Amino acid sequence: MYQFATWKYWLVIAVLVLGTVFALPNIYGLDPALQLSRVDRQLMDATAEQKVLDVLKAQGVSPSADYLKEGRLVIRLATEADQAKARAVVQTASPGEYTIGLSKVSSMPEWMRKIGLQPMSLGLDLRGGVHFVYEVDTAGAVTQALQSLERDVRTTLRNERIAYTNVAMEGSTLRVTLRENADLYKAIKLITPSDNSLVTEVQPVVEGASFVARYTEKALRDRQTAAVEKNILTLRNRVDQLGISEPTVTRQGADRIVVELPGVDDPNEAIRVLGATATVEFRLVDQVNDAYEAQRTRRIPLSSKLYTVRGSGSPVLLKRDVVATGDQLVDATSTQVEGRPAVSVKLDARAGEEMLKTTQRNVGKPMATVYIQKKRLAEGETCKGIRVNNDCTEEEAISVATIQGVFSSQFQITGLQVTEAKDLALLLRSGSLAAPLAMVEQRTIGPSLGQDNIDKGVKAMIVGLILTFIFMAVYYRAFGWVANAVLLSNLVLTVGLLSLLQASLSLPGIAAVVFHLGIAVDANILIYERIREELRNGSSPMASINAGFEKAFATIADSNVTTLIAGVVLYAFGTGTIKSFAIVMTLGIITSLFTSVVGSRALVHFVWGRQRKLESLSI
Amino acid sequence: MEFFHKVSSYPFMHTRRMWYGVSVAAILASIALLVLRGLNLGIDFTGGVVLQFAYPQVANIEQTRTALEQAGHDAIVTSFGSPNEVMVRLLPEKGQDVNVVSREVTTILQGIVPGVELRSSEVVGPQIGEELTNQGGMAILMTFILVGIYTWIRFQWKMGLSAVVATLHDPILILGFFALTRITFDLSVLAAVLAVIGYSLNDTVVVFDRVRDNFLHMRRATSEEVIDASINQTLSRTVITSGATLLVVLVLLVMGGETLKGFSWALTIGILVGTYSSIYVAGAMSLELKLSALDLMPPKEEKEEIDALP
Repeated sequence: MYQFATWKYWLVIAVLVLGTVFALPNIYGLDPALQLSRVDRQLMDATAEQKVLDVLKAQGVSPSADYLKEGRLVIRLATEADQAKARAVVQTASPGEYTIGLSKVSSMPEWMRKIGLQPMSLGLDLRGGVHFVYEVDTAGAVTQALQSLERDVRTTLRNERIAYTNVAMEGSTLRVTLRENADLYKAIKLITPSDNSLVTEVQPVVEGASFVARYTEKALRDRQTAAVEKNILTLRNRVDQLGISEPTVTRQGADRIVVELPGVDDPNEAIRVLGATATVEFRLVDQVNDAYEAQRTRRIPLSSKLYTVRGSGSPVLLKRDVVATGDQLVDATSTQVEGRPAVSVKLDARAGEEMLKTTQRNVGKPMATVYIQKKRLAEGETCKGIRVNNDCTEEEAISVATIQGVFSSQFQITGLQVTEAKDLALLLRSGSLAAPLAMVEQRTIGPSLGQDNIDKGVKAMIVGLILTFIFMAVYYRAFGWVANAVLLSNLVLTVGLLSLLQASLSLPGIAAVVFHLGIAVDANILIYERIREELRNGSSPMASINAGFEKAFATIADSNVTTLIAGVVLYAFGTGTIKSFAIVMTLGIITSLFTSVVGSRALVHFVWGRQRKLESLSI
Repeated sequence: MEFFHKVSSYPFMHTRRMWYGVSVAAILASIALLVLRGLNLGIDFTGGVVLQFAYPQVANIEQTRTALEQAGHDAIVTSFGSPNEVMVRLLPEKGQDVNVVSREVTTILQGIVPGVELRSSEVVGPQIGEELTNQGGMAILMTFILVGIYTWIRFQWKMGLSAVVATLHDPILILGFFALTRITFDLSVLAAVLAVIGYSLNDTVVVFDRVRDNFLHMRRATSEEVIDASINQTLSRTVITSGATLLVVLVLLVMGGETLKGFSWALTIGILVGTYSSIYVAGAMSLELKLSALDLMPPKEEKEEIDALP
C-alpha cells in the first residue's frame, strides 16, 4: 500500500468535469441563422428585438432561439427555408433599416449559451469563406500626408492673408513660395506644428521667398503606423457594412492586414468594397480663366486644376483650394433627389464652418463636386486619370451647381449613378483609407469543401482513436484500458481548452489532434514499460507501479519539453492555419502531461492501489 | 501481449560504422535530389494562383489543359484527390490581376463542361512567398538552437550535440523524400517537419535519459556497453510509441483527404527516420564524441562552473 492524496482525486475529477463542460457545446451541430444589425449603427436592444420577433411571428416564422450579441440580433432558425423566409420578411417589413447577414450558429441548448459556453471556433478552411491579406502601401501614406499638409498650408496662408505664388509637392517635400520676403518667418512659424514633426529649410529664389517643408523620420514612422491602424479601422467599418457575421480584421506584422469573412463564397463584392478608395472633394469653379482655352493650350493657371465634367465631357477649371473633402464627413446616406440618386452628407464642425463661409461669400457662383477614385489596374485596362505603375487615380467633376443659398454642414451630392451613390455613401461613412491597400493573398474556400474537410478530419480522428484503443487494450490489457480512458479524457480536455480559448481550429489543427493521439499514448507507454521492467526485475506489483510512475516522470517531462519548444517556435513564426496546428500541439502536450502523470496515476491507484494484497498485474 | 518479453541485447553500437554509411549516403542522396530536382514548392512559397474545381463527372484533364493553353494560360492541371476534382495552378505574370485570371479560367472550364464548381481559390502574392521561405528557414533554425540549448543544459554538451545531429538528419531526409516524389511542399508540410523535429528529439531524449541513468549504475561497463544497454532497455518503448503514432498518421494519410497528403507523408517519413536516428545516430554520435561516465558525474566541476557564473 502506498499513500495517494485524496485531493489529487478531486483535482482530477474537477479538471475533467470542467473540461467536459467546456467541450460539451461541440457535440451540437450548426443551425442557419440571421444576424441583424442596424444600418445607422445604433445597437439593437430588447425593444428592437421584440419588434423584429413580432413581425416574424405575424408572418408565421418561429425562430428556435434569439438573442442579442454585441449589439446585433441573432435569430436562430430550424431550416434554411425558414432562414430565407425570415430574411424576406424582415426586409419587406423594414426596408433599409437593418444589415442582414446569413450565418450559422451552434444549435446548443440556450442554457449553455447563457452561461457563456461556446463551441470551438472553426477556421475558414473548415467553414468556408474568404481570407484576404492586404499590404498597406506605407509610401502612399506619406504622399497622402503631404497632400493634406498642402491643403492645410494653403488654408492657413489664406486665412492669415499671406500672399503666395505656389504651394506644391516636390518629391517627398512640400515647396512653398511666397510673394513677399517679409512674410517668410511668419509663414514658417505658422505652419510648423507644436510637435516638431516638420523640418523647414529656406531656399533662395530670385523673386519673393521660398522654403521646403519635410516630415521628420519619426513623424513619417508615426504616420505609417497610424495609417495601418486607420486602415484597419476603416476596413472594420466597411466589413460591418457588408452584413457578414463574425468577420475578423487583424493586423499581421508591420504593414499587413488580414481580413476573414466566413460564409462568403464570392469574394468579388467584398474586394470591390474593401479595397475601394472613392472619395469626394468640393471646390469652387475658377470663373476668371477660360477652361476650353486651358484645355487647348495645356496652360493651366497655377491656382487652378483642370477637370472634365461627367456627362457632357466639357472641361472645367476648379480652384486648387479645397472647400471640404470626404475625410471631413461625419455621415453619408444614399438617397434620391428628384428621382435621381444622390448622397446626403453631413460635414464635421470645422468643415461645416468653412463651407458656411465659402457659401456666404459665393452665392450665385458655381461650386463643383469632384469624385476621386483610386484603383489598381488590371491587364489591358486603361486609366483615364493619372497612372503611376499599376495604380490609377481618376478624378472627375460629377456635378457643377450654382450656390443657391448659404448652407453649412448638411447638403446633397448629385450626379451619380445608383450603384455609385450607394457605394460612395458606404465608403464615406466608413471613412477613407489612410493609405492605399494592395492585396497580397486571397483564399476562398467554398462551403462544400469546408464541410468535406471537417468530415475527413473527424473521420480520421475517430478511426485513429479506435485503432489506438484496440492496440493499447491488446498490448497492455487492463492497463491498456487505463491508457485509453486517459487518452479519451485528454481529447476531451484539449477540445474543452480549445473551446474556452476560442483559438480557431483549422484542418492542420485537426491533423494535430490526430497526430497527438500517438504522442499522448507515449507517456503511458513509458510508464507501463517501466512497470513491466520493474516486474521483470522481481519487484512486487505495488512497488513496480510506484517505481514505474516515479522513474518515468523525469523522462516524460524531458521528452515533452522538446516537443513543446517546437510547438512554441511554430506558433511564433506561423500564421493562420499553421498557428492553429501549433496551438493544438502545445495544448495537447500540456493536457497529456496532466492526464498521464496525474490522471493515469489516480486511475491506476483507484483500481489497483487499494487492494490489500496485489498478486499480479494485468499489464 | 508483449513483443519484447526479455530485454533485448542487440549490439547496436557494434554495427554503427555500417549505419554511418547508410546515413551519410541517405543525406548525400537527399542533398543531391534537393539540388538537382528541387522541391515542388506550393504557392505558399512561390506565389501564384491555385484553383480547385469539382466536376459533375470524371474530369478530362488533357482537354482542360489544351483549352487553357489555347486561351494563353500557362497552367499546370492535375487531378486532385478524386478523378472528379481538378486542380489548376498558374503563375500569373507581373502586373496581372489574379482575380481576373481566376475568373477567366473558371469561365473557360465552365464553357467546356457546364456545372463545374469552383471549390476553392488561393492567390498568393510573390512577396508573401519570399517572406515565408525566410520565416520557415528561421523557424527550423530557431527550433534547433533552442532544443540544442535545452539538451545541453539538461544533459551534457556531447549529448546535446549528438541529439541535434541526430535530429538534423531527419528533416534533411524528409526534404529529400519530397524532392524525390515531387509531392507539393506547402506550409502544412513545413509544420509537419517542425513537429517531426520535436517528435524525433523526444525519442532521443528518452534514450539519453536512460544513458545518463545507466552510466551511474553500470560503473564497470564501457561506454559502448552502457549505450547499447540503454538503447535495448528503451527499445520496446521506442518501437511501441513509434508504432502507435505511425498507426494514427497512416490513418491520416489514407483518410485525411488531399489537403493533408503532403503533411501526412512528412509525418510518416519523419516517424520512421526519427526512430532510426534516435537509435543509431544519436547513440553513435555520443560514442564518437567519447561520452563517458566522467562527463555525466562531475559534481565538483559542475559546482565550480555554477559558482564561476556571474
